[in-house]
Amino acid sequence: MLRLLGTAAVALLALTACSAPATPGSTSAGGAIVVATSGEPDTLNPILGYGSDGAALIFDGLVARDAENNLIPALAAELPAVSADGRTVTAKLRTGVTFHDGGPLTADDVVFTYTSVLDPAVDSTLRSDLDMLTGVTATDPSTVVFTLKYAYAPFLQRLTLGIVPAKALSGQDVNKSGFNQKPVGTGPYQVTSWTPGDRLVLAANDTWWGGKPANSGVIVAFVADDNVRAQRARSGEFDAVELAPKLATGFAGFTVHKVPTADYRGVMLPMNDPVTGDVTIRKALNAAVDRQAMVTGVLAGAGEPAYGPVPPTSPFHVATQPAPVNLDEAGWVAGADGIRAKNGQRAEFTLMYPATDSLRKELALAVTADAKKAGIEVKPEGLTWDAIEPRMKNDALIMGWGTPYDPDFVSYKLFGGQFAGQGFFNPGSYRSEVVDKALQAGRDNADPAERKTAYATFQQQLAADAPWVFLTYLQHTYAVRDDLAGVTPRVEAHEHDVANSLWWNVHTWTRK
Amino acid sequence: MIRVIRRRLAFALPVLIATSIGMFLLGAASPIDPAKQYAGAAAFTMSEENLRQIRENWGVDDPLPVQYARWLGNLLQGDLGWSTSRHQAVTEVIAARAGWTLLLIGITLVVVLAGSLLVGTLAAYRRGGLLDRGVRTVAYAVESMPVFWLALAAIAVFALGLGWFPAGGLTDVRATSTSFGDVAHHLVLPVTVLAISQAPWFVLFVRDSVAESLREDHVLAARARGLAGRTVLFGHALRTGLLPFLTLIGTHLPELVGGSVLVETVFSLPGLGAVSVQAALGSDFPLLAAITLITTAVVLTANLLTDLAYTAADPRVRIDG
Repeated sequence: MLRLLGTAAVALLALTACSAPATPGSTSAGGAIVVATSGEPDTLNPILGYGSDGAALIFDGLVARDAENNLIPALAAELPAVSADGRTVTAKLRTGVTFHDGGPLTADDVVFTYTSVLDPAVDSTLRSDLDMLTGVTATDPSTVVFTLKYAYAPFLQRLTLGIVPAKALSGQDVNKSGFNQKPVGTGPYQVTSWTPGDRLVLAANDTWWGGKPANSGVIVAFVADDNVRAQRARSGEFDAVELAPKLATGFAGFTVHKVPTADYRGVMLPMNDPVTGDVTIRKALNAAVDRQAMVTGVLAGAGEPAYGPVPPTSPFHVATQPAPVNLDEAGWVAGADGIRAKNGQRAEFTLMYPATDSLRKELALAVTADAKKAGIEVKPEGLTWDAIEPRMKNDALIMGWGTPYDPDFVSYKLFGGQFAGQGFFNPGSYRSEVVDKALQAGRDNADPAERKTAYATFQQQLAADAPWVFLTYLQHTYAVRDDLAGVTPRVEAHEHDVANSLWWNVHTWTRK
Repeated sequence: MIRVIRRRLAFALPVLIATSIGMFLLGAASPIDPAKQYAGAAAFTMSEENLRQIRENWGVDDPLPVQYARWLGNLLQGDLGWSTSRHQAVTEVIAARAGWTLLLIGITLVVVLAGSLLVGTLAAYRRGGLLDRGVRTVAYAVESMPVFWLALAAIAVFALGLGWFPAGGLTDVRATSTSFGDVAHHLVLPVTVLAISQAPWFVLFVRDSVAESLREDHVLAARARGLAGRTVLFGHALRTGLLPFLTLIGTHLPELVGGSVLVETVFSLPGLGAVSVQAALGSDFPLLAAITLITTAVVLTANLLTDLAYTAADPRVRIDG
């Protein structure tokens, strides 16, 4: 019977060995650059949400971003032109661009890409980002015209979306197409193979319109666990790896890059709560938290203090400093236990955080300790997102978000009065006419100077009302092998994975 | 024999149906929104309407009986459905990964069985001796170690410290093809860790049952007849001691599957482990149901094979009684 088991096992091995997904041979993969990341996409189709912020490696948008996050033309021959009323945007396509399969890029491909995102039958996560778009048409094979419902100043920022070939997808169910796993784009790399859970192998597209990539290809290894990723990097498998700040030590032969981001963490304070609804309490908290201690202690130095939603790296940033407030004068008087009270209301509130996120947990604990010194009792509570969601209107929450591209992107919905109490948009129901006007002006005005004034007003009013206590901007940490040249960190968004990480310009990296 | 199989199959069907219904009920009790899971961070800037539309496209807001009926209907047509967490057909997700999990579990099972039979029998033969006491101490110690801890320790020592084996992955990250030697080299550590974590049960069991049968009359009689020690040990004692061992394999299989999930995660192997966790976290009913059904079917089949082997090995046993 042992023989029976043995035979069965051998048969099993033979069977699985045969069905093993073999990676098609590629002669150039030897010189490829290997990067490792924790986040694996579930699709490689831009229509469904892959690489919507550009730098998708496999795809190009009409526009792209340079090292300073300034918009530059990509598939568009020059930056698209916006009409005087701001409601018509015209893009002229670069000529002679071909997809990886050799097919030419035409205006129809651009139209197909954007209309698919707008199609309710397509499971796109980007549709609400394009709320302002009513139609896309091709007026000739190299001209695309976007029609908007209303003037939207940062619209060009939305044109980083990768363009897919209409030929490969039209007439199919976009949600279920094989294209989503093996896509065809115009980008510097083409997909050789994707083994989900393991790696994505990309080969250089030598006929890329932007010039032949400086290396033969890129391999993106997907390693979800932080410790495992660090260990595999130490054993020399990866050229560049994303790491948790505390794990980025002791890498011989590697340089650690701490990349600035617009990715902030802060305490959202609900207006409905009798304690956090009191502006003096909010301002007292804002002044009481020791942001530098959080950067040093919680973030292991990989971050910087945050005072508002517009990052210091943004041209729209305005510096604000929280001023101390006198809680005694406002009627909040310390009791026997050191906790203040006003008219019988104790200065106490619950602070929720997602229990699995250790960073947010530590920030919540730091806020709790700092608040206590100011006579405010914070009760931290770790929960799942599903338990947090129904309570956000009444309980404080450690939230995180942020984008370096335009102040409108996140802030319009996060602080706009019209979004009060709508899911994650403005859960604390903050309302300010000044802020609403400023956000609208920033959205409507095409003039950069006027936008700057509008967002300055917005940031000052936010500092005065303190609906959030902003704590820190994170730095994303990467270790890169010393023999690589061409690494150019740029300010990153909250999200960073295959497309949008330190390796955004990996097509220019070379080995020394 | 045929009757046994037929009866077992008749029994397996209700078990599979009950398992799948239980899976759907548990899934429905989870408050997780699959559309939000799919959107990831984008969920925070997406409008409620956008999310609702995606849920509608997937039909995940339909009443549970409707979802179940749809899933069962598809299953009967050979379609396992659509995985919302991987955005791919369930059959494709499983086809790409099941092979690696089976390979891991299959080799581990062979290693565990061969190793525990050898070590357990030797310990039993010299019971009370140094080897016996050593084996038992180590077995109890290993049994108290979590498998992911063993895995991380193995990586620290054999991958980072000594550099003998890779720390993870299925093939060399630069490999352009899936060659046998490369995969084998990458599987040494995961298989060893999984085998060691599962071994204590088997080793202790073999040791005790062989030790016991060495004291049985027919074994003592064989000894008294002057047969060689090896013949007595392997021909008589091991044979009687082994019958219950078969049952142990059958009942222990689910634990092996569970252990493989953790090992796959630590060694970043693209098997069913990581994807099942993802399916559970994303309320991905079709994928979760398929994986649950396959696991149940494997366990049921293993139990059947165990019983059949039992009857083959010992004609006195009649499981069809």
